[in-house]
Amino acid sequence: MSALSDTSGPISAATAPPGVEGCTELPVLHERGQREVFCGLAGIVWLHRKMQDAFFLVVGSRTCAHLLQSAAGVMIFAEPRFATAILQDRDLAGLADCNEELDRVVTELLARRPDIGTLFLVGSCPSEVIKLDLATAAERLSVQHEGRVRILSYTGSGIETTFTQGEDTCLTALAEQMPAAPAGERSLLVLGTLPDVVEDQFARLFAELGIAPVKFLPPRRAAELPPVGPQTLLLAAQPFLGDTVAALSGRGATLIESVYPFGVEGTRSWLGAAAEAWGIGPEQVAKVTAAPAARAERGLARYRQQLEGKRISFLPDSQLEIPLGRFLARECGMQLVEVGTPYLDRRMMAAELELLPSGLRLSEGQDLELQLDRLRADRPALTVCGLGLANPLEAEGLSTKWSIELVFTPVHGFDQAPDLAELFARPLNRRQRLAL
Amino acid sequence: MQLTVWTYEGPPHIGAMRIAASMRGVHCVLHAPQGDTYADLLFTMIARNAKRPPVTYTTFQARDLGGDTAELVKKTLRDTVERFKPRALLVGEACTAELIQDQPGALAEGMGFDIPVIPLELPAYTRKENWGASETFYAMVRTLLRGREAAVKPAQPARRPSANLLGPTALGFRCRDDIVEVTKLLDAAGVDVNVVAPAGAGPEDLLRLPEADFNVCLYPEVAYDTCTWLERMFHQPTVKTVPIGVGATRDFLIEVGTAAGIDTGPAIAAAQTRLPWFSRSVDSTYLTGKRVFIFGDATHAIAAARIATEELGFDVVGLGTYSREFSREIRAAAERYGVEPLMTDDYLEVEASVLELAPELVLGTQMERHIAKRAGIPCAVISAPIHVQDFPARYAPQMGFEGANVIFDTWVHPLMMGLEEHLITMFREDTEFHDDAAPSHLGPAAKRGDVRVSSSAGGDAESGSTGADSAIFWDSEAEKELRKIPFFVRGKARRNTERYAQEQGVATITIETLYDAKAHFGR
Repeated sequence: MSALSDTSGPISAATAPPGVEGCTELPVLHERGQREVFCGLAGIVWLHRKMQDAFFLVVGSRTCAHLLQSAAGVMIFAEPRFATAILQDRDLAGLADCNEELDRVVTELLARRPDIGTLFLVGSCPSEVIKLDLATAAERLSVQHEGRVRILSYTGSGIETTFTQGEDTCLTALAEQMPAAPAGERSLLVLGTLPDVVEDQFARLFAELGIAPVKFLPPRRAAELPPVGPQTLLLAAQPFLGDTVAALSGRGATLIESVYPFGVEGTRSWLGAAAEAWGIGPEQVAKVTAAPAARAERGLARYRQQLEGKRISFLPDSQLEIPLGRFLARECGMQLVEVGTPYLDRRMMAAELELLPSGLRLSEGQDLELQLDRLRADRPALTVCGLGLANPLEAEGLSTKWSIELVFTPVHGFDQAPDLAELFARPLNRRQRLAL
Repeated sequence: MQLTVWTYEGPPHIGAMRIAASMRGVHCVLHAPQGDTYADLLFTMIARNAKRPPVTYTTFQARDLGGDTAELVKKTLRDTVERFKPRALLVGEACTAELIQDQPGALAEGMGFDIPVIPLELPAYTRKENWGASETFYAMVRTLLRGREAAVKPAQPARRPSANLLGPTALGFRCRDDIVEVTKLLDAAGVDVNVVAPAGAGPEDLLRLPEADFNVCLYPEVAYDTCTWLERMFHQPTVKTVPIGVGATRDFLIEVGTAAGIDTGPAIAAAQTRLPWFSRSVDSTYLTGKRVFIFGDATHAIAAARIATEELGFDVVGLGTYSREFSREIRAAAERYGVEPLMTDDYLEVEASVLELAPELVLGTQMERHIAKRAGIPCAVISAPIHVQDFPARYAPQMGFEGANVIFDTWVHPLMMGLEEHLITMFREDTEFHDDAAPSHLGPAAKRGDVRVSSSAGGDAESGSTGADSAIFWDSEAEKELRKIPFFVRGKARRNTERYAQEQGVATITIETLYDAKAHFGR
């Protein structure tokens, strides 16, 4: 995580050599100031749903626990597979005691929850600042609970990670644990949490294309980690996985560079990139994708009508801003005013940046008040922002779309393309309906 | 380290935010890492505030830690004062900033702002949200009123006495409507409201606090320390009765009369309230002796226990709070109702207590709502921490006589209606009233199974047997007979029978044992 102390900002300095510009000539507005974003702990909300045998134990403060229960209204899950070990005054007195306390809490937790197969110790701002070494703690506890449970660690702290980066650090921890792929066996590994229904759709498409075996990271069960090796091809379904890609590259895997599978164009070219890397011709891709793409086009048409020509701004949040902006501009006819991203990972975004239309304002980082000033001057028809800002902006007469929904809802792939467009059309539609 | 699933209170800086967000012309600067801005959504999403809370965060990251974070604090302070032009500035830090010790309060005090600067000490590793709110309010009142003398109030016989209403805050339970109700209540008794704070007050309003004749401590969790200080400094008596429930509202008016030196008897006599008649009406006889479990902040829990016993005729079987600062008060109340007080902020402990006591109604927070839902027990919410549902569009105070009406409806509606309960007893084998039929007001699609937990979670009201002694065995005839008892009392019947069997040394429960136990326990 040393890349984070680099003032140039991007987390994936390791994968994106500084100074190497993407193919786009878009100027970037760099800002520093108050950032209205979640920390990486928020990723637990979807990661714990995906890996049903995993448990996430945040080692942090009452703030961390409060964030987790507030961030996504997750209290509907009666038996959560996450919890917080809240640091107290006496834990801060000495690290030796702190480690002892952690061992006690983990032992207690494992006794209470025999269903836990993999336990993640998740670092937080306070645990980072007091330099509580969770990696060593995980090793120590793994020995203690040998054979019963796998114990790993990663950081979701706000000082090191921004929102979806929490998934990147989690998957990076998994990358080191993945078994070595048998020599000479070629495989495709799809990166990033996808809802099971979307994963199944993609699995069927890859099978029809003739790509096999295809594995997904994270897997549905943390105990069933996919293998990785020099013959493994990586295909990222989410744009925020720079460190995961770097870790897997370190184990010999190769990244297939592509846009992300949002919208018809995005999905087709994502599948196409995988097919090309596998040595499958474009005719086969066209054949396999023709029916679902046509279906998606039909579904998209009515939302395109509603969205066409409308101006949209993204506040920096999930890292999905650039790919979604590309989709809305190219497939829904929207006009991008400002696209803000928490950090610009030029390698992971290279293909996307090439497709962005000119004339938009691309901003990296955030100085919240200045950004809101620009937003008020721009007055776009729709603003994509976090939950803290949505109602106040609505009260100012600006229609908003909560960005967090874009992370939780099935939005990837052909069959979700109309749903994705609908998420943006809905606030506009609602505003039109209400005679208030 | 404390293993925590859900928390009743946030960290203390959330309390500071609640004070800032309650007031006008006040801004709070928090030294806090990236991510702590999540707290904005509590105000904008849960309370649907149209404005962001007036809070600016430094949102430092790892890369800032290598540099000068103190300079970041100063820049944030400068920018904030320039942009928002607050009339008072609160300066605090969240848990992580506390560890890096930049002392933002001291920095702010040294920057020469021409507005009052209130540095906050918010120990994140020992204290919690309500403490933070109380401390912030107290610090602000003390700072603003520093050096003021107790005013000698001119004798104005024609003047109506006046009171300050202290304690209502943003994210407080029904504070919005309680202010309106208590203001009406005082007005009817001939008392004017001087200042309501922190909700709706500006710093200049706090300067007027000493002008009132007395203070009403509406929410002791937030205002107790401030009231005590005002009492000491400005000789303002504090009205301590919290007017939740009919009896407490009457007591409140009596205490107001004493503090104001007026006769509030006519106002009490003229009060309009439906709760007493509704509670005496025959339909309510089915409420008699309902076993109720109560958990919340101390103020609301204690008030609920009094209403439950004195005004609805329930039996309090459990009473607890997460407000450790008020453990003395909760202990005294628990003693009155003959129960062991439950003082904890561990949700799992509360859940275990609910499952063990198997009450017929749970009065609690959002957390208890989840517990009760899984255990298939009716529930009403009486206290923060709150949910978007606890900000109703309609007027729904908890305090005063209208508050008592609201409480009657809120607590009684989740229960089986009176007549409905009798019908089910009479027609228990009827297809319409079979075991799995849910209360009819939940609609035809509702099934009991939907709100019941699987027995593996140990929460089934029926299977909630004593469990400890597996030596007790039900013979099949007794088991069949037990099934004929309506589901909502079956769990209790099972437990009572097993307890009876255990006490009598009966190893196998027969039909005889079942009825012996029924006779033994009565009802």
